[in-house]
Amino acid sequence: MYTLLLCWRYLRTRWIALASVISVTLGVATMIVVNAVMAGFAHEMQSRIHGILSDLVFESHSLSGFQDPDWHMEEIRRAAGDDVEGMTPTVAVPAMLNFHVRGQWVTRQVMLIGIDEKTHAAVSDFGRYLQHPDNRSQLSFDLREGGYDTIDSQTKGETQVATRPALEGAGWPHRRMRVERERLWRERQAQERGTEQAGGGSGDGGSQSSGADSSGPVRPVDHQVDAVLAATNNAPAPEEALAPTAEAHPPTAPVDPFKAAKPEEGRTMDMAKEQFTGIVPGIGLASFRDASGVDRFLVLPGDDVKITFPTAATPPKAVTDTFTIVDFYESKMSEYDSNFVFVPIGQLERMRGMIDPQTGVGSVNSIQIRLRPGADLDAVRDRLRSAFPPDMYAVSSWKDKQGPLLSAVDMEMAVLNILLFMIVAVAGFGILAIFFMIVVEKTRDIGILKSLGASSAGIAGIFLGYGLFLGLLGAGAGLALGLGITWNINRIRVLVEWCTGERVFDPSIYYFFRIPTIVDPATIAWIIAGAVGIAVAASVLPALRAARLHPVEALRHD
Amino acid sequence: MIDTSRMEAPLLEVRGIHKAYRSGGGMLEVLRGVDFECPPSGFVAVIGQSGSGKSTLLHLMGLLDSPDGGEVLLGGERIDNLPASRRDRLRNTDIGMVFQAYHLLPELNALENVLAPLLVRHGVGAWFRHRKEARRRAEELLCRFGLSARLHHKPRQLSGGEMQRVAIARALVARPRLLLADEPTGNLDEASGAGILDALCELNRDDGLSIVLVTHDQSIARRADRIVRLVSGRVEGL
Ligand SMILES: Nc1ncnc2c1ncn2[C@@H]1O[C@H](COP(=O)(O)OP(=O)(O)OP(=O)(O)O)[C@@H](O)[C@H]1O
Ligand SMILES: [Mg+2]
Repeated sequence: MYTLLLCWRYLRTRWIALASVISVTLGVATMIVVNAVMAGFAHEMQSRIHGILSDLVFESHSLSGFQDPDWHMEEIRRAAGDDVEGMTPTVAVPAMLNFHVRGQWVTRQVMLIGIDEKTHAAVSDFGRYLQHPDNRSQLSFDLREGGYDTIDSQTKGETQVATRPALEGAGWPHRRMRVERERLWRERQAQERGTEQAGGGSGDGGSQSSGADSSGPVRPVDHQVDAVLAATNNAPAPEEALAPTAEAHPPTAPVDPFKAAKPEEGRTMDMAKEQFTGIVPGIGLASFRDASGVDRFLVLPGDDVKITFPTAATPPKAVTDTFTIVDFYESKMSEYDSNFVFVPIGQLERMRGMIDPQTGVGSVNSIQIRLRPGADLDAVRDRLRSAFPPDMYAVSSWKDKQGPLLSAVDMEMAVLNILLFMIVAVAGFGILAIFFMIVVEKTRDIGILKSLGASSAGIAGIFLGYGLFLGLLGAGAGLALGLGITWNINRIRVLVEWCTGERVFDPSIYYFFRIPTIVDPATIAWIIAGAVGIAVAASVLPALRAARLHPVEALRHD
Repeated sequence: MIDTSRMEAPLLEVRGIHKAYRSGGGMLEVLRGVDFECPPSGFVAVIGQSGSGKSTLLHLMGLLDSPDGGEVLLGGERIDNLPASRRDRLRNTDIGMVFQAYHLLPELNALENVLAPLLVRHGVGAWFRHRKEARRRAEELLCRFGLSARLHHKPRQLSGGEMQRVAIARALVARPRLLLADEPTGNLDEASGAGILDALCELNRDDGLSIVLVTHDQSIARRADRIVRLVSGRVEGL
């Protein structure tokens, strides 16, 4: 009983010992926050990577792929058994995406991925990343009649999300409006031509509007682009963001991206009612996020783009075709969002000539496989590897594909944890020193207690209990502080940004609007146990010293 | 514990005690075969010059130290070679000690200081079972020594005489058979010292408590039934 009582009394009369515990508190708090944020990032990244990639990817080594995906899928199902929940074939090919914005052609290097819109969403979270609610439940490569999300559906009602008013009118309304504007502009153009000719002026006057007629960018248009960009940048209200873009369209639209790509049938397409083959480009290809976190769109669903890609022939030839954007894909992994363009697989196979003219059987590059929940990823992968000749096919899991990235994150977390634990260990030495001081100071009291019949173990218990108590206190305070910071980290970020005027967390870099955190109870338990363990370990030596004190010498001590 | 057949035997007996301290190069022999006994309900004073080893002897009797040779017997049983846990227990239950410098615990108030031996004896559970009784006993003792108004004072708020009375109350709270007092009046003025001494005599007379009192003051020693003088490490009978 005296152990407890004295423990408590020493604690109450020696607040200075708490100072040594502050570093434990800070260490624990930091570890909790860092782990939560790192785990949040890692989880976010993993779920994104996994959301994009299916559990397993079965692919051929060659770009031209392998024939007859249905037969392969049968074989895979036979080899993997019940573990397979869904499969879908894909064709992936590097390509160039060209679109026309503000009088300039923008060309991007992309990965063109042919997917089966019926089954693709079943093997990955692909569907979740689309911007139209109906496409999220079932993707269609037909342009939708409006209804695209103006608030990012993945942010779960987060208030700080900048809206995307540009997507308000996307879809058929946007397309109709654009076609109408182009028509008006062409008419005016024709009129101007008429008046100019009537006035005896030649058409080579180098006027701004005629400059825009050529497909290459020329100075006058550049002026206009500069003006538009300036207007865009100066306009803080998101609603205005689109306006200049739309305004910029008419003068530049004559560089008609689809004029050359008339439907093969030879009849004139009614642009306001018809579309080309639908595509879903990554949102990063079509937009950029400005410094205030607002997404500026260069093209919208309803706009047409050109894509150049190699055929499957040897040697490959480049073919170009026109496509209509029907939705955007936003996985929040900028690597993917600015690289992937999804097209219907059948169309792509046909355009690339991947369908055998005799049998009508297509080839694909890969088969995406989703496993039933709880299936052993690596075991199934190994089974598939042994079932197919390894010189022709590669089977990899999503973890294999992103192995270096994931292990880099793990590594980073491990190193950070070691470093932070060092801080707590340093705090341990602080406790050790302070406890030694207290033991020296209390030497006589220890002698008194021994003269009253206290055992050595009991004396040691006082100091061990003291250490335990301080450790618990420090770790508890650290826990509270850490969780407090973790749960309010986004508010703190805003506060820090407001105080310093610096952006701590740039959404245009991270593609999140808030810092993701995951509080893992097991991690916290480890941290707390570690901190308390260190505090107790630091009090072991002083406690032993106290227990070993000779009673007579302790009594003589002054 | 007490064997009735040996009732007449001395309560405390010290036989041929040797104790030497290593000092500098050689050994300093403080006690060289001290024989000494205290009967039940006896009051023995140990006197001797400063440095003659009185405190050393008392510590040996109180099991705070172990002798180099000889033996210490309590109630006829040898106690100096018992295992540490038994010696801790004996110190707690059978022997009460009072020191010249009071040796109260500064973090505890007077009442808690008196309760300390009982706190040491009982674990948490047992303490809560015995708490009431223990408190009553401690308050009774403090009242008896005229400290009823000082129960919740910390040692530093008490005078020397009051502190020594608290220390005596503490030594008695566990109802020991033997009280060892090392110059309990050494730090006190004459009046307070006399008060302490009166209290001890009264305990010896009324409660039948055996007391071994160490002092270098002849006048104090005369209050005892017997006086033992330590001279150059041996007992010199009077
Ligand atoms: N730990 C020790 N190491 C060395 N010598 C010691 C030690 N403890 C005591 N002594 C020596 O033993 C001798 C006896 O000491 P002790 O305290 O028993 O004397 P005392 O008779 O109580 O004296 P006083 O009346 O002044 O209290 C002294 O000479 C002292 O120097
Ligand atoms: Mg002495």
